Amino acid sequence: MDAQAQGPRAIDLYVDILLIVLLVAAALVVVSLRNLLAAALVLGIYSLVMAALWVVLDAVDVAFTEAAVGAGVTTVFMVLAIAATGRHARVTHRRPWLPILASLAVGGLLIYGTLDLPDFGDPQAPAQQHVAPHYLGQGEAETGVPNIVTAVLASYRGFDTLGEVTVIFTAGMGVLLLLGVARRRRMDARDDE
Amino acid sequence: MTEHLVLRVISKLLVPPILLFALYVQMHGDYGPGGGFQAGVIFGAGLILYGLVFGAQAVQSVAPMRLLVTLACLGLLLYAGVGIASMIGGGSFLEYGALSADATHGNHVGIIIIEIGVGIAVASVMTIIFCVLAEWR
Amino acid sequence: MEALAHVNYWAAIALAMIGLYAIIAPSNLIKKLIGLGMFQSAIFLIYITAGKVEGGTAPIIDAAYEVYSNPLPHVLILTAIVVAVSTLAVGLALTVAIKRAYGTVEEDEIVEQDRR
Repeated sequence: MDAQAQGPRAIDLYVDILLIVLLVAAALVVVSLRNLLAAALVLGIYSLVMAALWVVLDAVDVAFTEAAVGAGVTTVFMVLAIAATGRHARVTHRRPWLPILASLAVGGLLIYGTLDLPDFGDPQAPAQQHVAPHYLGQGEAETGVPNIVTAVLASYRGFDTLGEVTVIFTAGMGVLLLLGVARRRRMDARDDE
Repeated sequence: MTEHLVLRVISKLLVPPILLFALYVQMHGDYGPGGGFQAGVIFGAGLILYGLVFGAQAVQSVAPMRLLVTLACLGLLLYAGVGIASMIGGGSFLEYGALSADATHGNHVGIIIIEIGVGIAVASVMTIIFCVLAEWR
Repeated sequence: MEALAHVNYWAAIALAMIGLYAIIAPSNLIKKLIGLGMFQSAIFLIYITAGKVEGGTAPIIDAAYEVYSNPLPHVLILTAIVVAVSTLAVGLALTVAIKRAYGTVEEDEIVEQDRR
């Protein structure tokens, strides 16, 4: 019984660690690349590996979004912006040790903070004890939706999601105002000449 | 991209299934992985693929900027409108139970409608951003 | 196994710090935005890891399963990913506008031009 329970868990952990190693490798490659176009494409790979990791961690809805957004739409936006601003980052002569030191210091403090966190996958962790049992137990009966992520997104946290959609809408209008209007003005100026 | 025959043919074949899949994800979000956010992004990605191969002008001839902005507003207003409708039905803002005599049924109807609003808003915002960035020269 | 109890958190912190370095060190604004994207993903990893329950499955209710992972972090991160791409697009649009105004997207050259 114990061996059976251990089996699938262990393989989950191995896949998890393999994906994490890939993620860190991809992140290091992104930072070291000076060609921005290549960096944007490796960032797409990073997102796709992240999507695989979400599946291992049971977050299938998040994996779905990450695969469509991170590996698809974000990469396209990045490439378009790089096409407009130039694809090579200039070689900087700034001293790199200050940012490295800052990152290491913050990282060290954060790792010290994780030591008090509950173990990975612990069913008794406080995060698993608050509202989640209610969502999982009563969610389907209260909303008629078996996918609890959709139920929480649209019903229990409907106010939150309304705010998120407003942010997305505002961001779209912001991009339109920043570039779309300026472009039209420039086109008009060109027509006047 | 006029010379890349393979890209043109394959993307022409791929775009309709992507758009159809987005609608499936939208409508099946209650029972499996999916929902308005995913469907909106996938629908937007289908239009973006079309725009990458055939140019942003081609997307604009299908979905002009004026239409996209109207749709983005409509999606958001549909979401907020469900909130108002449930207030008229006697509940508080976004309390979908008030939409129908049966609270569970009302909840389900409310979830489906607001997910459609989310899907429309996200798809049109993604397409707006793509068109604006792609037409920038 | 005991030593690996926090491995996901450590990985998330490592990724966040690589992202932080990529925000501070390069002077290219696009490179900074790429670092910001990596930092965001790392924070998402912390949330999803906190929601994972040992032996659980995806939170879609079915008679065949009893243990599910916590759906709440999934909801928060799912919306956060779409918000992240929209706000990233605003950042990219600002960068493109800066390129038009200054003719460069290198931070120190922009500061240089502002001093004049």
